[in-house]
Amino acid sequence: MGMTITEKILLQHTDIGEIHPGMLINARVDIALGNDVTAPIAIEEFKKAGGKQVFDRHRVVLIPDHFTPNKDIASAQQCKILRNFAKEQEITHYYEIGEVGIEHALLPEQGIVLPGDLVIGADSHTCTYGALGAFATGIGSTDLAGAMMTGEAWFKVPETMKVIFYGHPGKWVSGKDLILHLIGLIGVDGALYRAMEFTGETVEKLGMADRFAIANMVIEAGAKNGIFIPDEMTKEYVKSRAKRPYTFYSSDPDAAYSEVMEIDAGKIEPQVAFPHLPSNVKGISKVGDVKIDQVVIGSCTNGRIEDLRVAAGILKGRRVAPYVRLIIIPATQEIYRTALREGLFEIFLDARAVISPPTCGPCLGGYMGILADGERAVATTNRNFVGRMGHPGSEVYLANPSVAAASAILGRIAGPDEL
Amino acid sequence: MKFKGRVWKFGDNIDTDAIIPARYLNTSAPEILAIHCMEDADPGFAKKVKRGDIIVAGKNFGCGSSREHAPIAIKAAGVSCIIAKSFARIFYRNAFNMGLPIFECLDLWERVSEGERIEVDGEAGFIVVMNSNTEPFRIHPIPPFMQELIRDGGLMKHLSKKG
Repeated sequence: MGMTITEKILLQHTDIGEIHPGMLINARVDIALGNDVTAPIAIEEFKKAGGKQVFDRHRVVLIPDHFTPNKDIASAQQCKILRNFAKEQEITHYYEIGEVGIEHALLPEQGIVLPGDLVIGADSHTCTYGALGAFATGIGSTDLAGAMMTGEAWFKVPETMKVIFYGHPGKWVSGKDLILHLIGLIGVDGALYRAMEFTGETVEKLGMADRFAIANMVIEAGAKNGIFIPDEMTKEYVKSRAKRPYTFYSSDPDAAYSEVMEIDAGKIEPQVAFPHLPSNVKGISKVGDVKIDQVVIGSCTNGRIEDLRVAAGILKGRRVAPYVRLIIIPATQEIYRTALREGLFEIFLDARAVISPPTCGPCLGGYMGILADGERAVATTNRNFVGRMGHPGSEVYLANPSVAAASAILGRIAGPDEL
Repeated sequence: MKFKGRVWKFGDNIDTDAIIPARYLNTSAPEILAIHCMEDADPGFAKKVKRGDIIVAGKNFGCGSSREHAPIAIKAAGVSCIIAKSFARIFYRNAFNMGLPIFECLDLWERVSEGERIEVDGEAGFIVVMNSNTEPFRIHPIPPFMQELIRDGGLMKHLSKKG
């Protein structure tokens, strides 16, 4: 029996001869990641359990990105725990303000995660790295503490669900729309415990930013990991970034799948996920008249340079609607610099947007764009749960960057074709 | 490993933002997290819940973020165990690692009301609704190693005890 890419990567990180779905395995991890919310607990657990030295200082990655630049005293204390631990352990991949970015944009950009890797992160969107052809999954702080000590973690080998996208997507349809549409079809637990493998002619032509956005949101369907078969596009992306060897895996033709779905991307219009679940999606033509107060363009889902270029293309020569706030958050310093160099900041500022330093900030209701009771936001982020961006009486609508930009201009949820 | 307590009912897809909103994630102190437990799903929950009470929820409990603050908050609020139709996978793992027992049971939710008392036998693998003639509900028993881990108060305490 053949194997899927997920099974091959997991097997390669064990000392056993074969694996199959359902099996519990202990596996070596290539990268173990924590941030300023989750790592402080892991560090405390690590110390309490008698930990002296992390298993490999080059493979434990600490990213203070959620509430940085420090939002308040308590957050500053949490970041201090990270910083002190990074100093003490001489952690290679600790990034201070001025270098730091949103973890799931930063790690691929800096070549810290690579194809064929087994990555765990104490952040649910760790699954983003599946876009590179890596096995990457979110875990809790305790699992991170264990991995920091031993370099290993236990896993139940997941069944794989294969999703084939075919057809030619429309002009404003992005990776974000493909994954929102899919979550709408299968629900927020439609892929619970399983791997999701993306393939098909549409996927093969997708750029890396779209692939990252898709892999990023598989957790919103309950999946353990999402994965793409690495190809020329992947090679182009990693070749200048990688500082260590990496491996391209692919699924065997006779690999076993728990389910195979085929979706015509040509029939999908830009999607909007209504409150309060990412599965609550509608096509842009069926949205109706939904007035908004705020737009956020950023996050580990859609804060990459490609996303900012799309937004700038729509905002150019236009102004944000009266009483609407547009917050743009480049996900990393490199993206920030590129956007500045390409003249995107001029366009954003002329449109009356505010540009934030890289931070997770408003996406999880931390700060830098919190909503008041009854307010509505269109966001290129990944979750729209109750209270996600602020007051429990506020609402978040998830969309791609083109819809977010067009909505900012019109003051209601709208697609770019309405401009 | 038995738990007896009053039932608090919640629906499907209770996410980690509802369990412990991110506005409180600038700390990981259990006693502070407990005050805000379930705040965006039921604002009065932390005040009403008593030590030993049991959460009975629908499917996909704990979906969303990987924050361990979610099981920490629930455990610190005094909840003895959670029974849901299904759990999101990161929450499932985190709950055991925190020493918070959780059980999957498809049928209980429709057959129990908020405020009723139930008894959960994690060793024998069944749930009884007390003072009712409803048949016991089958659940997967917690294997012995996991019972030990829960008794020790979670994975790391368990590991340090084992040396």
